[in-house]
Amino acid sequence: MIFVTVGHQMPFDRMVRAVDEWAKANGRDDVFAQIGSTDYIPEHIQWAATIEPGEFHRRIEEADAVVAHAGTGTILNALELGTPILVMPRRAALLETRNDHQVATAQRFLEMGKVAVAMDETELPTMLDEVSDLTAGGVISSQASPELLKALTDFVHRADG
Amino acid sequence: MSTARRTKQKRVMLVASGGGHWVEMMRLTPAFADCSLAFVTVQRDYEYQTKRFEGSRYYTVFDVTRWNRIRWIQTVLELMWILVRERPDVIISTGALPGFFALRLGKLMGARTVWVDSIANVEELSKSGQKIGPHATLWLTQWAHLAKDDGPKYRGAVL
Repeated sequence: MIFVTVGHQMPFDRMVRAVDEWAKANGRDDVFAQIGSTDYIPEHIQWAATIEPGEFHRRIEEADAVVAHAGTGTILNALELGTPILVMPRRAALLETRNDHQVATAQRFLEMGKVAVAMDETELPTMLDEVSDLTAGGVISSQASPELLKALTDFVHRADG
Repeated sequence: MSTARRTKQKRVMLVASGGGHWVEMMRLTPAFADCSLAFVTVQRDYEYQTKRFEGSRYYTVFDVTRWNRIRWIQTVLELMWILVRERPDVIISTGALPGFFALRLGKLMGARTVWVDSIANVEELSKSGQKIGPHATLWLTQWAHLAKDDGPKYRGAVL
């Protein structure tokens, strides 16, 4: 199963449409998409506007691959659960978000070897063709780096002075 | 557990908006193992994730953004009510705007404050993160290249 998600804040029709058309072209019936509140209705994949956080976790855990906007929440959840993830960044110029931070996020996580990236809807179908070959960027622990945790523990207990 | 020990427990308030802000905050929680925790977020359905923190409290406030200023007053009032109830020693936020307000209000009430700018802000700090500096006791970015002598510090990341 491929789990597609746009996150909980805004729709991302450009990505969902590309996945929908790819599913049609390839006769895929194993795609489920969380698409947000939008007028665009996919025709060739299963979908829901929103899903509860518990179901969100379960779907990521059970999926063979996650296809998502380049939101850090979704990326971190996929890495924690060890599910490979392909991301496509939202663009501010297309009013998909308020700035282009997802482009930088996608590039940084790509450099770290944690995600696969399709920069736009033209790259996405090619990447989707290879989605079953994606491997997880290594399961990460469910907690922040030891350095950050220590800094916060020290701060709370005033060990930092 | 003795009463004496309970009274010494640090009261820590964790404030995070939805999505990545919340996921990042949950990854910080091991740092507060022996603290009394209060979670403040913007949606009810994350509450199940906090049940494992014994004795923790869970609050939601209106999900205010830079784009709905008319509602800021609602979020500020909700935060003031929570702060009066909780009297936190320390307030920590991973953003976004509700966390910014929580730190500013909390500081006025004597709390020590930490801003952990989201790891999503790779090229520059978030808008809230840029403005919170003077109001955060500890001001952090998760990217070493964004740290400055007179700006946010880098002390690791949620990853």
